Amino acid sequence: MKGESILELKDIKMTEKQWNSSTKIWTEKRGRILTFTSVSIMIMIAISILYFVASKGFSTFTVNKASIVDFFTGIEWKPGSLNELGKPIVGALPLIFGSFAVTLLAAIICSPLAVGAAIFMTEISPKFGKKVLQPVIELLVGIPSVVYGFVGLSVVVPFLREHLGGSGFGIAAGTIVLTVMILPTITSLSMDAIESVPMQIREASLALGATRWQTIYRVILKTSLPGLLTAIVFGMARAFGEALAVQMVIGNSTVIPTSFVEPASTLTSILTMGMGYTVMGKAENNALWSLALMLLLMSLVFIIIIRILGRRRVY
Amino acid sequence: MNAKLADRMATVIFYVIAGVIVALLAGLFGYILVNGVGNISWKFITSPPQSFQAGGGIGPQLFNSFYLLVLTMIISIPLSLGAGIYMSEYAKKNVFTDILRTVIEVLSSLPSIVVGLFGFLFFVIYMGWGFSILTGALVLTIFNLPLMVSVVETSLKGVSNAQREAGLALGVSKWETIKKILLPAAIPGIVTGIILASGRVFGEAAALIYTAGMSTPILDFSNWNPLSPTSPLNPMRPAETLAVHIWKINSEGLMPDVKEVSSGTSALLIILILLFNLAARWIGKLIYKRMTSS
Repeated sequence: MKGESILELKDIKMTEKQWNSSTKIWTEKRGRILTFTSVSIMIMIAISILYFVASKGFSTFTVNKASIVDFFTGIEWKPGSLNELGKPIVGALPLIFGSFAVTLLAAIICSPLAVGAAIFMTEISPKFGKKVLQPVIELLVGIPSVVYGFVGLSVVVPFLREHLGGSGFGIAAGTIVLTVMILPTITSLSMDAIESVPMQIREASLALGATRWQTIYRVILKTSLPGLLTAIVFGMARAFGEALAVQMVIGNSTVIPTSFVEPASTLTSILTMGMGYTVMGKAENNALWSLALMLLLMSLVFIIIIRILGRRRVY
Repeated sequence: MNAKLADRMATVIFYVIAGVIVALLAGLFGYILVNGVGNISWKFITSPPQSFQAGGGIGPQLFNSFYLLVLTMIISIPLSLGAGIYMSEYAKKNVFTDILRTVIEVLSSLPSIVVGLFGFLFFVIYMGWGFSILTGALVLTIFNLPLMVSVVETSLKGVSNAQREAGLALGVSKWETIKKILLPAAIPGIVTGIILASGRVFGEAAALIYTAGMSTPILDFSNWNPLSPTSPLNPMRPAETLAVHIWKINSEGLMPDVKEVSSGTSALLIILILLFNLAARWIGKLIYKRMTSS
C-alpha cells in the first residue's frame, strides 16, 4: 500500500516536471507578451500624441516669443505678421469665442431635446422607443460629419440667409448643425443613465401616489442627474472637437461676430483650413499647432469634468 | 397646477419631442436621398472626378475608401484584440490598469483633427512617408482603437465565468482557454463591433485630410502590383476618400456641378453606412445562431 502511494506521488511529480518543461508555459507567456505589447503600443501612442502636439504647440511661445496673455485675450489673428514689439500677432480670442459659443449654444438647445427623447424612450413609450427611435438614433450617430456639413451648407445656410439676413454663415448655422450632430450622442448616453435607475425607486414613487410626470421630474431626473450631465459633457466634447462640418458653415472669418448670422470661426475651422497653406517651423504654422494644443487640452478638461461627475453617480 | 393636468401636459411634450426628432431624421435622410440618389449612376460610381467641368465621377474615391478601410482593419483588429484581451483577462486592479483606462479614455476623446495632425507631423513629415494610404490607415487605427478595444473587452467580459473555469479545470493554460474557448464565444459581439467601427471609419474625414491627402494620382486599374506608383494597391500613394472628397469640393471645388456631385456622394456614403449597420446586425445574429444551435 505504502509503496503504491509513493509511486503515485512520483508520477504526479513527473508530470508536473514535464508540464513545466513543455511548451505550455511558453504558450502562456506568449499570450501575456502579445496582449501586453498591444496595450503598451496604445500607451506609447497616447504619450507621443501628447508630446508631439505639446512640443509644437508651445513653440509659438518659446521660439516665436508670442505672449500667452495675447493668445487668450488678443482679438487679432495674423500669425504671419509681427506687431510693434516684433512678436507674431496671435490673438486667438475670436476663435476661442467661436468654439465656446457654438458648443454651449448647441448643448443648450440639444440637451432638453435629447433628455426628453431619452425619457420618452425609457419611461413613456418604451415599445415605440426601442423599436423605432433607438435604431433611428443609432443611424444618426453613423452619419459622417461632412454629410452634416453639406446639408448645413445647402439647407441651413440659405434658410438663415433668407429669413434672418446676413450671409447665413455664422454661429447660428454652426450651432444648428452641431445640435443635430450631438443629439444622438447625448440621447443614447442619457438613456443609459435613466435606465440604470433601479425599478424599485420608480415603483416606490408611484406607490406613494405620484403621477408619472412627478416620478420623472422629482425622482428619475434627480437620481440620474450626474449621468445626464455626463452625457451632455460628452456631447459638448464632441461639438468642441468637430472640425469639418463646422468649418463648412461658419464662414471662417477671424473676428468676434456681432450677430448670429455673421461669419465667425472656431479653433478647429482655422486649424483645418490653415495647416495646408503654412510652412512647417514658421510662426504661422506654430500658431496653428498652438490651436491644436488648446483643443487637446480642452478635451482633457472635458475628461476631468466627466470623471468628477462620474464620482457623483449613485447608480 | 393640478398634478394630473401637469402629467398630461408633460406627456404631450414628450410626444412632441419624439415627433420632432423623428421628423428631423426623416427630413435629413429624405433630403440627402431624394437629392442624391438621382445623381448616382454606374458612370458616376466608376469614372474619375473632373476638376473644371461637370460630369465627373467618384470612382477612385470609392476605391480609396474601401482600400483604406481594409488596411485600417488589418492593422487595428490584431491590436485591439490584444489590448481588449489584456483589459478583460489579464488586467489586475492596480495603478497600471488605471493609467491604461485613462489612456483609452484620452485617446477616445481626442478630436479627430488632432489625431490627424499628429499623424501629419509624425508619419508624413518626420518619417517622410508623405500623404499616403498607409499613413491614413495608421491614423484611422489610432482614432479607431479605443472603440474597438472596448468592444472586444465587453464581448469577452460577457462570456460566462463558468467557461473560464471549465477551461482552466481541464488543465489548459490561460492563453489557450482565451484562444480556444473565450474568443470563439465572444466572436458575435466582436464582429458586430468591428463592422460598426468600420462604418464610422468609412465616414471619417477630418483625420484624413492631412494624412491620406486630398488628391488621388491617376490610377491604372489594370496594374495590381502594389509597388508600382500608378497601381491602385500601392499603399504609399495619396488617396482621397469619399468623405474627404465631399469636404474638398465644397470648400474649394471649381467644377460647376459641385452640388450634384456632393449630394450624390453623400447619398452613396449614407447608403453604404446603412448597409454597414444592417450587415452588423444581420451577421452578428447569424453567427450567434450558428454558434448556439450547434
